[in-house]
Amino acid sequence: MKTDLLVIGGGAAGIAAALEASAQGLEVLLLERDTQLGGILNQCIHNGFGLHVFKEELTGPEYAERFIHMFHDKDIAYKLNTTVLDIRKEDAGFVVSASSLQEGWLELECRAIMLASGCYERTRGQIQLPGDRPKGVMPAGSAQRYLNMDGYLVGKDVFILGSGDIGLIMARRMKLEGANVHGVAEIMPHSNGLTRNIVQCLHDYDIPLFLSHTVTDIRGKDRLEGVTIQQVDENWKPISGTDKHFSVDTLLLSVGLVPDTMVFESLDIAMHPVTKGAVVDQHYQTSIPGIFACGNALHVHDLVDYVTEESRRAGRAAARYVKGLSVRQKRLALNSGANIHYTLPQYIDTADFNGVISCMFRVTKKAEQGEFVIRQGDRIIQRKKARFLAPAEMEQLDLDQTMLSDHETPLTLDFEVIRP
Amino acid sequence: MKKLICIVCPIGCHLEIDAQHNVTGNRCKRGIGYAIEEVTRPTRMVTTTVRLLSQEHPRLSVKTSKPLPKEAIFRLMAALESLTVNPPVYMHQVIMRDFEGLGVDIIATRTIPG
Ligand SMILES: Cc1cc2nc3c(=O)[nH]c(=O)nc-3n(C[C@H](O)[C@H](O)[C@H](O)COP(=O)(O)OP(=O)(O)OC[C@H]3O[C@@H](n4cnc5c(N)ncnc54)[C@H](O)[C@@H]3O)c2cc1C
Ligand code: SF4
Repeated sequence: MKTDLLVIGGGAAGIAAALEASAQGLEVLLLERDTQLGGILNQCIHNGFGLHVFKEELTGPEYAERFIHMFHDKDIAYKLNTTVLDIRKEDAGFVVSASSLQEGWLELECRAIMLASGCYERTRGQIQLPGDRPKGVMPAGSAQRYLNMDGYLVGKDVFILGSGDIGLIMARRMKLEGANVHGVAEIMPHSNGLTRNIVQCLHDYDIPLFLSHTVTDIRGKDRLEGVTIQQVDENWKPISGTDKHFSVDTLLLSVGLVPDTMVFESLDIAMHPVTKGAVVDQHYQTSIPGIFACGNALHVHDLVDYVTEESRRAGRAAARYVKGLSVRQKRLALNSGANIHYTLPQYIDTADFNGVISCMFRVTKKAEQGEFVIRQGDRIIQRKKARFLAPAEMEQLDLDQTMLSDHETPLTLDFEVIRP
Repeated sequence: MKKLICIVCPIGCHLEIDAQHNVTGNRCKRGIGYAIEEVTRPTRMVTTTVRLLSQEHPRLSVKTSKPLPKEAIFRLMAALESLTVNPPVYMHQVIMRDFEGLGVDIIATRTIPG
């Protein structure tokens, strides 16, 4: 039995892609390694999901449950407790090997694959923190899972490194549960978190935020006993004499998320140096035809609404591929130019380009005002003014097929800052 | 004079409000309402979990049915500490009614089958 589309991961991305592909008539099978569908949303019990997709503010579990309902209504096939380990390319498709708690080792054939495996958190080893190696230093998302899913508070006296949204949300959460949150340190001169989270998570509870600071020592034999933070200069070098000490039993790290592309390891798929996910065209198709990716497995999103919208488009594109309507022939590069961190897609398939592409991208620096400009050679083919830009927020620009002057000259997206 | 950051939209204007409730620094009208409420009776949505008698799901995620006065947040947390819920639980089922007579219920944010 061969499935049309095999979806790896049952979070927001996998569910949306499966729903859309199934609506297009595909036979879909979704594999999820956890005991339930919903992915990371299950542990994100706070508010702030769904403002775009549902026009109301939901918690993570509420957002997940709406999609899980739609998924079950459509009777889409799925297996829980099933971890995908490897993908093999065959003549007419792929063979996916997976390990299932109930069924043991599985080899599943399919015509196309959607990678929707989410992301993982950077750990201490990946950012090289100095000092001892005691227990009590862990990623903020793991602490969130322990607390919100298992009901286990990981520590009583907490310090947090990194002021992204996960760090801020966890500062408030631990405080509410009775922990003493001593502070949050951020190496950059500004926080990457949403302003509303700084206000509602830190200011509300008088938790200090130390900007341009980082952890420079970790002390403790068995359990963590304390951390030292120091101010840094513009080259991130600690400034001597700025030390502050905190007696804490827990250090939470909120220092970045990375797409989980482990199952791609044995394939020769082109990866992007900035997103750390696969390089894709506007159909979310990787460099291997028939393999698609979406959600945090492709690039890290801060809004689940964008994950849903992107994954729907990816599901639709996979359906076109399986039906033989889209055979990739021609790739035109969309390059990241001045002040652009990355674009998505990175390529445009000009052989199957009808209508409008939603290009997603991030800027490299904060700006009050500026203009996005797409050039093909010297010609400007698209431009848009924008206000209040920040690297933490994803921007979007539509590209119409009729704007292209030819199918050979690569495109470049620049962000031009307008000084007030 | 009190300094505030407006959280109604992502722009996050830096507001100032004086004793007569004159607001400055707002880029739009919504900032005025926010600043006045924030200095008179600030409220917040609260999301947390309660104990659930279930092997697979030891915690049930819950939220306030509407924003709760800020000063009541830790009293709510203490009240929820002693609560245990039995499955099945349905989405938006009321777990605790009208906390302290403030007109705010605590409701489940997911379904746990029995
Ligand atoms: C802590 C945190 C707070 C957030 N807060 C907000 C917010 O306030 N508002 C908002 O809009 N967005 C928020 N987001 C962003 C948004 O929730 C996520 O981007 C989105 O839910 C990600 O969906 P996903 O399906 O890509 O990934 P995930 O939800 O991570 O799903 C991936 C799934 O794949 C499974 N999987 C992985 N590998 C395999 C494998 N090999 N085999 C089988 N299954 C596998 C995993 O078990 C998981 O269930 C937050 C994200 C995080 C991490
Ligand atoms: S005052 Fe208006 S524009 Fe400024 S943050 Fe508040 S809602 Fe947004």
